[in-house]
Amino acid sequence: MKLSFAPLAAALFLTAIAPASAGPDQDSVLTYFQQRADSAASPERGKSLFEARHGGGKPQTPSCTSCHGGTPSETGKTRAGKEIAPMALSRTPQRFSDLKKVEKWFRRNCNSVLGRECTAQEKSDFLAFMMSQ
Amino acid sequence: MKKTLFLAAAIGFAGLPVNADERVAVIRDDIVKKECGACHMAFQPQFLPASSWRTIMEGLTDHFGEDASLDEETARHITGYLAGNAGRSRGAKTAIRITELGWFVHEHNDEVSPRARKKAGTMANCTACHRGAEKGYYDDD
Repeated sequence: MKLSFAPLAAALFLTAIAPASAGPDQDSVLTYFQQRADSAASPERGKSLFEARHGGGKPQTPSCTSCHGGTPSETGKTRAGKEIAPMALSRTPQRFSDLKKVEKWFRRNCNSVLGRECTAQEKSDFLAFMMSQ
Repeated sequence: MKKTLFLAAAIGFAGLPVNADERVAVIRDDIVKKECGACHMAFQPQFLPASSWRTIMEGLTDHFGEDASLDEETARHITGYLAGNAGRSRGAKTAIRITELGWFVHEHNDEVSPRARKKAGTMANCTACHRGAEKGYYDDD
């Protein structure tokens, strides 16, 4: 009986953190990582991950904000001078809808910034934060 | 000897991938356009010889200070296009920075004002000054 509440709880949870701009594609991308994470996605932890200056990565990119701008609603800039659309889902509504693309950029950027792959928990937190923005 | 050196230098500077008044052929491959143009302008393959492109494609996990790794199939496809449309090889050294090539330095050194350089942020930002760079026009300087 207890188990049968799980999908409902998950649905309620997604509704709670994902704003109106998150479509079914974004929901399923977040669910994918959520199912592989140890605990519920935390937008607060995602915010810290985004803002922190990490060690262990490449010296040129100590933080997500090195390229993405100080806040998710800002337009970022690559080191080569190309603009990066804001990470906030409300600003760039097509973001986070393609799992393959999301995984590609987590792989690259976690390695560049943290010097390792991100965990499913970190990815889940990060997405929850960006989808709440 | 002196004459040979002078000749070599002259060829080196004249060794542009195209004549100055000619257009550089645009990239006609959608995967190359998309993947190589995600973080910077997709530089036309004529700017480097095939050996340079292969070296670059083999080192994507540390691509000028960032991880730009691709899945194997995509990487193979892109390497094929870049090598197949590459420029002539000049000298034994495998350069991987277009901005360090003799002709590039020669073309830009005295022409780019400190202000323009600051605006561009990096010499890899072709479109900051060459508006038509992606279409192969570099004559608008």
